Amino acid sequence: EKTRKGFVTDLLEKLGDDPLTPEVLDDLETLLLRADAGVSATDQILESLRTKLNEEVVEASEGLRFLKEQLVNVLEKPIKDSGADLLSPQKGCLNIWMLVGVNGVGKTTTLGKLASVAKRSGFSAMIAAADTFRAAAVQQVKVWGDRTGVEVIANESKNADPASIVFDAIGASKSKNIDLLLVDTAGRLQTKNNLMEELKKIRKIIDKLAPKANVESLLVLDSSQGQNGLRQALAFADSAELTGVILTKLDGSSKGGVAMAVASEAKLPVRFIGAGEKIRDLRPFNSFEFIEALLTVR
Amino acid sequence: MFEELTNQFEDAVKAFKGEAKISEENVDEALKQVRRALLDADVSLSVVKEFIDEVRVKAVGTEVVRGIDPGQKFIQVVHEELVNVMGGENDPLANSEEQPTVILMAGLQGAGKTTATAKLGLLLKEKNKKPLLVAADTYRPAAIDQLVTLGKQIDVEVFNLSSNLKPEEIAKKGLEKAKNEGFDTVLVDTAGRLQIDTDMMGEMVRIKEAVQPDEVLLVVDSMIGQEAADITRSFHEKVGITGAVLTKLDGDSRGGAALSIRKISGKPIKFIGTGEKVEALQPFYPERMASRILGMGDVLTLVEKA
Ligand SMILES: Nc1nc2c(ncn2[C@@H]2O[C@H](COP(=O)(O)OP(=O)(O)OP(=O)(O)O)[C@@H](O)[C@H]2O)c(=O)[nH]1
Ligand SMILES: Nc1nc2c(ncn2[C@@H]2O[C@H](COP(=O)(O)OP(=O)(O)OP(=O)(O)O)[C@@H](O)[C@H]2O)c(=O)[nH]1
Ligand SMILES: [Mg+2]
Ligand SMILES: [Mg+2]
Repeated sequence: EKTRKGFVTDLLEKLGDDPLTPEVLDDLETLLLRADAGVSATDQILESLRTKLNEEVVEASEGLRFLKEQLVNVLEKPIKDSGADLLSPQKGCLNIWMLVGVNGVGKTTTLGKLASVAKRSGFSAMIAAADTFRAAAVQQVKVWGDRTGVEVIANESKNADPASIVFDAIGASKSKNIDLLLVDTAGRLQTKNNLMEELKKIRKIIDKLAPKANVESLLVLDSSQGQNGLRQALAFADSAELTGVILTKLDGSSKGGVAMAVASEAKLPVRFIGAGEKIRDLRPFNSFEFIEALLTVR
Repeated sequence: MFEELTNQFEDAVKAFKGEAKISEENVDEALKQVRRALLDADVSLSVVKEFIDEVRVKAVGTEVVRGIDPGQKFIQVVHEELVNVMGGENDPLANSEEQPTVILMAGLQGAGKTTATAKLGLLLKEKNKKPLLVAADTYRPAAIDQLVTLGKQIDVEVFNLSSNLKPEEIAKKGLEKAKNEGFDTVLVDTAGRLQIDTDMMGEMVRIKEAVQPDEVLLVVDSMIGQEAADITRSFHEKVGITGAVLTKLDGDSRGGAALSIRKISGKPIKFIGTGEKVEALQPFYPERMASRILGMGDVLTLVEKA
């Protein structure tokens, strides 16, 4: 990637200690909107900067530091509230991580990457192939199982009941003393009530069969998505009892600004980012880096 | 219909309260509301700006007939302009005189290319055509299996080779087979790629050169955000598209990408995807899309489905 320059750095160079002018605010607005931050969030952010401007003469550097701090805080709040800076399975008990989300966002790929991290960090892992709907979904998961050397529990028969696969997988995880069970679910749009009900059913099975397990219900969010991302977060939070978010496809040109709204309105911590299709292209989420990239012009 | 839209745009309509016509002075506040609605619908910012400027010119000086208030008239102008930009009537799929017609699918990862390939295959089959699906995604795990499975579902033949071959070679061999065996349409499914991935975009160009398609369809997820503009521009400049398919419109995304795609490439959106099943493909109707983008919901499409 050629010359990606931090917007903030760029601005600072241009402005020096000159006050934050209305023109700069306009540039900022463009930047935030183009990053999919959304109109409301952008208005709010700019409003608070304007207020600051009216109260005192703000130097550019000070104003931008203030802005960055605010943005980082939005993302950090749910992380702090969760009590865990970094998400990782706990040793000595069963952890169940279920990946949910709309179609094509990267659930299965992320699951493969997570299986790989788990193995590399010394956890035993197992995969439940609970997408029984998509054509060749099971074959796709199995490729990831082979790549990571993780066992896949599946039922190849067409339209098998996903909840029953999760049932089987929890049984197998218990008997083999598995640390981390990863559950792949079919993509579903949040407006499909019957499919959202199916998720509730899966959650019920998990809670019933493994009441002591550490359950993470993670929404996979495609960073190229726009404002619909927030609706997804709110709906899945309801049906799948979400505990966090994974942002994918950040290797693209999208900034994933909708994550800001998801963090502030759905109060969900972002846990990992996906930045590529390869097995190693997964990283823990870092708010500072994310905001720095968000405020970067191509 | 405009009443419903007028409700949506209550603030915009209020801007004209008590005034008899749309003027330079009173149009600004209303345009602000439209800008907001378009951004909420994920229309790309540059496209929003252009569109607003055009609407301003059209709206100011519009004769307002007695009995209709300027607010309603304004919404009507906005809606009409949206429909105009998105292309008026529905555009059909290319049908070349020299058979087979070759259709190439392109787009980002997970947009819905493979599904759309099968959907188009079914559509053609139902029109008594003889399509061949070509599996030229050698990257994604089980991509070939996916197309083969879908091919079985719709009872249309799928051409596939080992994933060790280059996609352009597979595409070319698929085309040869079609010519030899009398298939009248070839649909080439390709791997998802980012528009900023130079190698993968280069590969797309090679696939195109290998099969000389009559149609290059950019498949775009309707939930996409601001990058719709850049994606369209890049795919159009580097590969050259002839149209687009907008997918996953069975959800509640507003689908502002439709406006961005059309405005930036000048190419029509030909179909919309409205479900995961192979039957869930419909022609694109600008009128309905305009209402949807403005927040009226896709009422008509839903009615048609029921
Ligand atoms: N560039 C890029 N592509 C990704 C990333 N994560 C996943 N993908 C690609 O996105 C496409 C969809 O990924 P999947 O993992 O199949 O998505 P899914 O959510 O499981 O899809 P469904 O099960 O069909 O709903 C594939 O082509 C992946 O290779 C990422 O971080 N970056
Ligand atoms: N609800 C809904 N889902 C769709 C639609 N079109 C495709 N999908 C789903 O979206 C996901 C991705 O579709 P694919 O056809 O695999 O997408 P792709 O572009 O071929 O993906 P890659 O090959 O990985 O780049 C799958 O779960 C599909 O079932 C649609 O119109 N509506
Ligand atoms: Mg999947
Ligand atoms: Mg595909």
